[in-house]
Amino acid sequence: MGTASDIKLIGDDGLRLDGRGLDELRPIKMEINVLNRADGSSYIEWGGNKIMVAVYGPREAYPKHNQDINKAFVRARYNMAAFSVDERKRPGPDRRSQEISKVLSEALESAIMTELFPRTQIDVFIEVLQADAGTRIAGLTASSIAVAAAGIPMRDLVVGCTAGKAGGKVVLDLSKDEDNFGEADLPIAVLARSKKIVLMQMDGDMTLEEIDQAHSMIFSATDRIYQIQREALESKYTVDASQWGE
Amino acid sequence: MPRDEVGILSEIKKNYIIRKLEEGKRGDGRSVDSFREPIIQTNYVPRAAGSAMVSLGKTRVLAGIKIELGEPFPDTPNQGVLTTNVEMLPMAFPTFEAGPPSEISIELARVVDRGIREGKTMDLQKLVVEPGKKVWIVFIDIDVLDYDGNLIDACTLAAVSALRTSVVPGSTAELKDFALPVDNIPVSVTMVKIGDKMVVDPNLEEEQISSGRITVTTTQDGHVRAMQKGNIGYFTWDEISSAITTSQRLGKEIREKYLKV
Repeated sequence: MGTASDIKLIGDDGLRLDGRGLDELRPIKMEINVLNRADGSSYIEWGGNKIMVAVYGPREAYPKHNQDINKAFVRARYNMAAFSVDERKRPGPDRRSQEISKVLSEALESAIMTELFPRTQIDVFIEVLQADAGTRIAGLTASSIAVAAAGIPMRDLVVGCTAGKAGGKVVLDLSKDEDNFGEADLPIAVLARSKKIVLMQMDGDMTLEEIDQAHSMIFSATDRIYQIQREALESKYTVDASQWGE
Repeated sequence: MPRDEVGILSEIKKNYIIRKLEEGKRGDGRSVDSFREPIIQTNYVPRAAGSAMVSLGKTRVLAGIKIELGEPFPDTPNQGVLTTNVEMLPMAFPTFEAGPPSEISIELARVVDRGIREGKTMDLQKLVVEPGKKVWIVFIDIDVLDYDGNLIDACTLAAVSALRTSVVPGSTAELKDFALPVDNIPVSVTMVKIGDKMVVDPNLEEEQISSGRITVTTTQDGHVRAMQKGNIGYFTWDEISSAITTSQRLGKEIREKYLKV
């Protein structure tokens, strides 16, 4: 990945360029029901990422030949706004975003109880407003609470994080520089409690031992991110007892 | 992967495959961790800079390489360019359609591309004619001719075999022709999950009844260069970890047997 670079990604103090430790996450904030029309929606800020997600459905699958008499099918559309990256991105789907849409659809469908909604489709629109490395995982993590907010039953929430290799070290939650100039990128998403892997991609150069170390970092990070997901959901559905009175 | 034209594998056949797997056997007599014997014919299309026809069971793919002069990407002025495309031809399967590439063929091409790119198969810095202005662009185009499962591994094998025999047509630009500098040999190994069993190099029937799919691409140093989980379903960490070990082992075998330097 990237080209040879003079950038020193890990400092002499063992910290990363942005001051984080090797297994430290960037700040994450999530909120649900941020849009009016959608059946469910969410917004996430993860480091410099700003991503909005809307869920529509289950609704009649269209075109009709997409209908499955046994289950709903999940169609996620990952899209980057033209202004989300340094150089303007030409609007519309490109090969990268189509591949990401496919793996995100599959990850969500692995969690959603699609068998309850035959002949329907569930649309998940993921709009990256500002990109700062790790957009697919941030988008997926936000999608899963948007699906929950739409009232669609799931086996579990989907939660993910990336790890990788930068400056010769295994690091959690790659920054943009680490993503561009580091040695490897490994996004993983799991069902939050069982840790079953529903999304995994990797490119770069890692040994089995490094991948093993990265997966442990990711698994423990997903516990922390899962708490943020729960809090985002609970804060909207907690009833204030004082409002019960006359 | 696409379903067959009927859409449903007969329940009897499905149960047969699953029952056999319980005994550690497969419908075509293979063990769960064995790879079909590939047949590789290089230089199949002499008009191309390099080419290879690969048969993996009844799956057949043809990779052709074209190498042309062009401009480098602005952010990599000192590197040649690599692009990979896969055409899932309508002749290969009843549900494959002509037209713009499907998500499936885009994913397929990108997984093949990642293995070759991250495996540092070619030294792209040796493909520069004039830094920032003129470099060699290597086009990998793969035709899927007949589909019987595991296109990712068949396509990676075809692309790598074709690259190894490629010649950069320097003479078209008043330079010398030279062999494409290929150093590292990436091998991808794909496995699917059927029930709770992991099956290497699935054929079509096995793909159709499987849940998750995992591809691990390694180079001769045993390092992992690319991974991709696909389809609906999940893997535990132990399954992934053993998939990596399996890929390292089979990658070594395939490299020594079919891609000897």
